[in-house]
Amino acid sequence: MDTPYAIEMLNITKRFPGIIANDNVTIQLKKGEIHALLGENGAGKSTLMSVLFGLYQAEEGIIKKDGKEVKIKDPNDANDLGIGMVHQHFKLVQCFTVLQNIILGVETTKNGILQMDEARKKVMDLSDRYGLSVDPDALIEDITVGMQQRTEILKMLYRDNEILIFDEPTAVLTPQEIKELMQIMKNLAAEGKSILFISHKLNEIMEVADRVTVLRRGKYVGTVDVKGTTQEELSRMMVGRDVQLVVEKEPSHPKDVVLKIENMTVASKVHNNNAVKNVSLEVRSGEIVCIAGIDGNGQTEFVYGVTGLEPLVSGKITLCGQDITNAPIRERYKEMSHIPEDRHKHGLVLDYPLEYNMVLQRYFEPDFTSKSGFLKKKEIRGYSGKLEQDFDVRSGQGSVTIARSMSGGNQQKAIIARELDKEHTLLVAVQPTRGLDVGAIEGVHRHLIEERDNGKAVLLVSLELEEVMNVSDRILVMYEGEIVAELDPKETTVEELGLYMSGAKRQGKEA
Amino acid sequence: MNEKKSLLKNPSVQAILTSLLCVVLGLFIGYIVLLIINPSGAGKAIQTILMNFMMRSSPAARLKALGNTLAKTAPLLMCALSICFCYKVGLFNIGAAGQYEMGACLGLYAAIALKMPWYVCLILAAIGGALLGAITGFLKAYRNVNEVISGIMLNWIALYVTNTILSGEKTKDIASPYTLKLSSVNKGGLIPSFGLDKLFSNNSTVTIAIPFAVVAAIIIWIILSKTKFGYELKATGYNKQAAKYAGMRENRNIIVTLAIGGALAGIGAAFLFLTGYQEWSVTQSSVPSMGFNGIAATFLGGLHPLGTILSSFFIQNITDGGALIDKSIYPSQISDLISALIIYFCGFVLFFKLQINKFIAKKEERNKAKEIMAAEGGDKK
Ligand SMILES: Nc1ncnc2c1ncn2[C@@H]1O[C@H](COP(=O)(O)OP(=O)(O)OP(=O)(O)O)[C@@H](O)[C@H]1O
Ligand SMILES: [Mg+2]
Repeated sequence: MDTPYAIEMLNITKRFPGIIANDNVTIQLKKGEIHALLGENGAGKSTLMSVLFGLYQAEEGIIKKDGKEVKIKDPNDANDLGIGMVHQHFKLVQCFTVLQNIILGVETTKNGILQMDEARKKVMDLSDRYGLSVDPDALIEDITVGMQQRTEILKMLYRDNEILIFDEPTAVLTPQEIKELMQIMKNLAAEGKSILFISHKLNEIMEVADRVTVLRRGKYVGTVDVKGTTQEELSRMMVGRDVQLVVEKEPSHPKDVVLKIENMTVASKVHNNNAVKNVSLEVRSGEIVCIAGIDGNGQTEFVYGVTGLEPLVSGKITLCGQDITNAPIRERYKEMSHIPEDRHKHGLVLDYPLEYNMVLQRYFEPDFTSKSGFLKKKEIRGYSGKLEQDFDVRSGQGSVTIARSMSGGNQQKAIIARELDKEHTLLVAVQPTRGLDVGAIEGVHRHLIEERDNGKAVLLVSLELEEVMNVSDRILVMYEGEIVAELDPKETTVEELGLYMSGAKRQGKEA
Repeated sequence: MNEKKSLLKNPSVQAILTSLLCVVLGLFIGYIVLLIINPSGAGKAIQTILMNFMMRSSPAARLKALGNTLAKTAPLLMCALSICFCYKVGLFNIGAAGQYEMGACLGLYAAIALKMPWYVCLILAAIGGALLGAITGFLKAYRNVNEVISGIMLNWIALYVTNTILSGEKTKDIASPYTLKLSSVNKGGLIPSFGLDKLFSNNSTVTIAIPFAVVAAIIIWIILSKTKFGYELKATGYNKQAAKYAGMRENRNIIVTLAIGGALAGIGAAFLFLTGYQEWSVTQSSVPSMGFNGIAATFLGGLHPLGTILSSFFIQNITDGGALIDKSIYPSQISDLISALIIYFCGFVLFFKLQINKFIAKKEERNKAKEIMAAEGGDKK
């Protein structure tokens, strides 16, 4: 029996408490194709891939490999069948080298002694063949996210996996790295590997995928050929309505200075040099100022300095007329909301239920804590329910869902809801749309513009060029810890922006 | 049927079930050990361990023995609460033993040398424990020293500090290694009974410390689950970075947590030494086991403040029961062995929970399959 399919997942149903994550879903992966999986946040994409990788057991449905039914009880079974997965959050041992991580679990030994030379040769061969450049002896903690990802890919290839699953691989990469990854995926497919690829970015799907399967709220919507479809049609399939990929907005009318930063310098944790060097800027009410730049040019530390997560080396910060240079974090938050870059590290207490996370910045207010120090649980639940409704945060069991079990995008939406609803004059939003579906991104962009029109000051930090161009009123480009350009999004181009971001060009120095 | 299933799924029911399972397994293995040493007395010995005070001949003697067990349960419960409280906040307070020592040190010194009334001694004991806990907390918060390491070291430091301070002539006779009896030097330093002793055949060691400890458990439970303070502490324990992001003073929270844990353990010491149950021996060269038994009680109690009330009593009960075993057949350490076995099995609590859940899932699956089959069969008819 010959079949064109490498993997078939037929009528898969997977339930979690309070929700059917996959409801009778079918997906068929052809040999040698790149098959994209598209769907809103919480549609069940990660769950479906986890079923294939043996992390979850489906209650109903069967999985076929090359036309034969197989049972995948755990990731070892998956590995034996040649199925590999790159998780959205990498699973690498931080204090091991790249090479050690790659061979972990499948080491070749002779008389109990590791045979590294053979392994090294195989890894280097693979690395050359697919253009996956890594430094085999570097420690994971020292290398970029992009190289970590290439390590994960090499890990799959080293195990001779034929079916490769990528769960939102591009969410954490820079545009350049994304371009490289796309090329790598094409090479792999050309070699006959079959690839399943999850992404919220429609342009990526249009570029690399052959076919795309769309899920909506756990249900199968359809599978289409990428050649015969458009981004608009895909987003309609996935959200069920037309989505505005670019949100319209009126020109801005900036008023008073809300945030004033003078000569701010912040130390770096990674190297001895300062991460932010002598930066000065202003953000006024009624405008969206965007800090653009390639990841790792000091944006993270800049935000830490503004929000108080790290002390300044020197400089002065004034917020609404008050000097907050040395103010404690809570003091700053009286006028400031902060959507943090890393939702797992800072944004959420993952082991708390959703409702407790919704009041993380407000639990001490009289609305949620009585005078005698008791939490007002009823009010907390009510408030959380309202935010979930207003911001369309979806979860299995509503307010009592443990945050850890929510889908990545819905975790992000919860944080956004919390920070936007809280009292503030300045909004600091770092990568607010990371991991969100197009519908949700549209929503967030609308919210940002609404904030601005309500007289709030918005400081946006983003790596997405499109977001930078579409949403901001003023662009400040950060390169190696310095602001190297101030641009008007209406007058500049993506190409020019790119030149400044890469350090090839710099304002004030050309002359 | 349905009700039974959902009952099994209830987390508190699961916690109780797994704890019981630990106990049964511990006793079973203990029984086998007893059988190996001497088969004829094994059954009796297990019975003695479990029944403890019930083995006494007269009702009055039973009550008195129960009083003794309760009197020692109170300090154990305080130590367990100390560990449980810190554990809920993500800290493993193995230093409870040292905090307990400091409690004994300040409490006894105040009572014997300074002739203070009992409530002042109690407060000083709490302060002693809290200070030691705060040191561990400070090291953890600002120097990133693991609380287990510094806790263990401070256990020893506190032991010898206590021995030294209580060796002075104000607190001890030269002839004896034990501190002076409170009942003879300062009756006001004894925690009062308010008539509770009458209920236990005039056992004067039964004091208000016992209801006090139970109330403390309830307070800890309320703090952890219902207050803003508990919300902050737990958030810090789960994710220190997020706590910082939310503007909580995460380092202060760590210190406060260990200070509270220390105070609880310090009070625990006061609950033993200020009842006149026992005197401190200044020649002891091992850390008192109370702090470690507290770890066992914490885990056996399902990491729940209210659960530790029962588990503390249970552990004290088998410890006392073990002392009654026929010493001509079995070594006196046998009770320690059995409680150690039970404690050891507590380590499997999570494993048992997993098994229970798997069992439920399997059963549900089977039932569903049956239902489907029944439905299909029905269709055909
Ligand atoms: N371990 C779990 N326990 C309980 N519920 C879960 C668990 N994992 C996922 N869910 C729920 O299943 C649903 C689907 O989640 P999944 O992670 O598959 O979504 P997704 O399509 O990957 O979304 P995103 O784009 O946001 O990553 C969500 O509602 C989520 O809350
Ligand atoms: Mg996902």
